[in-house]
Amino acid sequence: MLHTFVAYVEDKPGVLTRVASLFRRLNINIISLTVGRSERSGYSRMTIVADASDQAGHRIRASLYKLEDVAEVDDISGISAVTRELALIKVAANAENRSGVFELAEVFRARIVDLAPESMMIEITGVESKIEGLIQVLNERENRVLEVCRSGKMTMRRGHHTSRVLRAMGLSTEAPARDDEASEFHSPVDPE
Amino acid sequence: MTHGESDFHPHTLTRLTGAEILWATLVGEGVTEVFGYPGGAILPAYDALRKFPIRHILVRHEQGAAHMADGYARASGKVGVAVATSGPGATNLVTGIATAMMDSIPMVCITGQVASKVLGTDAFQEIDITGITLPVTKHNFLVSRAEEIAPAIRAAFQIAQSGRPGPVLVDITKDAQQATAIFDFAAARPRPYTPHPMLHCTDQRLHQAAEMIRKAERPVILAGHGILQSRAGEQIRSLAERMQIPVGMTLLGLGAFPASHSLNMGMMGMHGESWVNQAIQEADLLIACGMRFDDRVIGTPVTYATKAKKIHIEIDPAEINKNIPVDVALVGDLREVLEQLLPLLPGRDGSAWLRLIEESKGSAAVRDIRNLPDSGHLYAAHVMHDLWRITEGRAIVATDVGQHQMWEAQYYHHDHPRTLITSGGLGTMGFALPAGIGAKFACPDREVWVIAGDGGFQMTACELATIAQEKLKINIAIINNGYLGMVRQWQEFFYERNYQSTPLVSPDFVKLADAHGIRGAAVHTRADVERVVNEARQHDGPFLINFLVEQEDSVYPMIPAGSALHEMIRRPDQNPLIETPQDH
Repeated sequence: MLHTFVAYVEDKPGVLTRVASLFRRLNINIISLTVGRSERSGYSRMTIVADASDQAGHRIRASLYKLEDVAEVDDISGISAVTRELALIKVAANAENRSGVFELAEVFRARIVDLAPESMMIEITGVESKIEGLIQVLNERENRVLEVCRSGKMTMRRGHHTSRVLRAMGLSTEAPARDDEASEFHSPVDPE
Repeated sequence: MTHGESDFHPHTLTRLTGAEILWATLVGEGVTEVFGYPGGAILPAYDALRKFPIRHILVRHEQGAAHMADGYARASGKVGVAVATSGPGATNLVTGIATAMMDSIPMVCITGQVASKVLGTDAFQEIDITGITLPVTKHNFLVSRAEEIAPAIRAAFQIAQSGRPGPVLVDITKDAQQATAIFDFAAARPRPYTPHPMLHCTDQRLHQAAEMIRKAERPVILAGHGILQSRAGEQIRSLAERMQIPVGMTLLGLGAFPASHSLNMGMMGMHGESWVNQAIQEADLLIACGMRFDDRVIGTPVTYATKAKKIHIEIDPAEINKNIPVDVALVGDLREVLEQLLPLLPGRDGSAWLRLIEESKGSAAVRDIRNLPDSGHLYAAHVMHDLWRITEGRAIVATDVGQHQMWEAQYYHHDHPRTLITSGGLGTMGFALPAGIGAKFACPDREVWVIAGDGGFQMTACELATIAQEKLKINIAIINNGYLGMVRQWQEFFYERNYQSTPLVSPDFVKLADAHGIRGAAVHTRADVERVVNEARQHDGPFLINFLVEQEDSVYPMIPAGSALHEMIRRPDQNPLIETPQDH
């Protein structure tokens, strides 16, 4: 199954290697890995999607914590969360067949961010299936897909969890933490 | 060498070179000995060494330095320190680091690195040692500024010793050793240690575990290396005695619970005694203490102790449910967990179960080679048994890997913690001699025996010169059967006696010792064992004994890889090499 982890790691050279090396050592394939700055200075936030056995989640999380540079690990597999991916897609398009791509972009709530005489670039964010849907429809058209650049998944728990993370990291939280019942009010279904 | 003459105080605030900061920090951390080998990129550090009260032991190969630091740590419980230069010096450490990693040994390795301005240019003797050692260290550091040396070294010591211990490497560029910085030992201390966030030992789980122990009819304690690491020997003893629970030992656990204790069944696993493995297979409760259900201990996971519920007391959360799923996990420091658990256990009568185990020994004692008459053949088991008897079980024994290692584990009964120094996880041949040297430095007043096979001994035999140079009283027993014995045994059992590449021609080890100024003797018969062992013990200096033992002897019992614990190959009743028992 696919496991999704969110990890806060120290923002310094070599940390990415250490995390990646851990998965390699456990013979687990990383499906996607995104890294960027987080709300905490000096720490990056990683979203790691990995394909491993159902029972592997505990061991992966425990092993990540054994890395000196890892501050916080959250296993959010199967937990209500917002997941997004960004993709840039360049398609062949000329004056004759451009308008069809504009229509498609609108249906998929994507944006055209570059237009050249022979090509167009589409920017789309959403869940994986939405992006794949667009690519599939584009492939079915006469507009050949020239390049695809996808960011990999970024994930954040819905509702109360953010403040829990902040507390765990010793930072004050303005909003009072909601309990589990309160989080039920948030739709577990992705509105998209 | 101005050993002991320095009036250096680690708490003085002064501007020092990076090289001086390195040694000053080590002194501050309590280091008195380091094992190393100089070279270009670490020369500034070596140049500064004379100012500090640290004894440097010059090894003959950096692998030896790592094993010596490892043996030092295993014998003392303190952090062992190895030093090497960049490039090949650093890569030669790797096997030793991996050995320490697999057995959770606290060790700090310091390597020189080329100057920071040429890093990444394939400079002479440049190698990415932090990259290479990433999977075999608990953590590592690349330090390129003098200011960073003290904090990195201090963090390395903290990481090496905290939680589940392990090796840490600090790679220091030459220019960082040469530059100067203000040295402030106290200010360089690391952030307070934070335990692994997934440690978990709630009252609820403790009560659940206690309930299982109280209700168990056939419980077994599995005693591992963690008992030594967390100094929980007393607590394990209380648990076993109060609840009358028999104890099975892992290889690295030997010594953690006295071998002579009536509740100690002996070693479990691939070459464990049959009754220990039978007891585990028949048990209704296993209490695993500081062990990790290694594959050499469980046979196969699906057939392992299927009737037993399992309690796992372990400091590393990543070990829980890794090889064997458990019913209750108490994740934390073993001694602390046991101290919370013991008050919940009032006592219990375990005599029926203990009697059952005693009965299951059956013919095993008669099959035991010790109970056979002297047939003129010299068996390794005899040598181990005699060594144990003559040294009264009090020596520190460093073993290599293979048949002799298993015979030592079976026949040298360790009553005291930290008296068996052996490579369990990685199974590193060539470990014994350097590890024994490290142990001797850790415990200079103790009797130290190095036991190695003729194969493994030659992997690090160069360290005989280290023994000679340092004038160490170490006794060496080579169990010489002319084969890579354990591999030959596998070829005999599983590869139709195709002894491919296992017969081994060795030098005359006694002459080799003599070339180093080390006395030696060869022993061919059992009748000579005691006399020569005593001669070695009484000799004021190192002594090497070449025991020429039976060539095609095998270690029994044996569980073939991939078989269940109870499917063992027993000691043969009628070994063609051995006469039938008469004198028992």
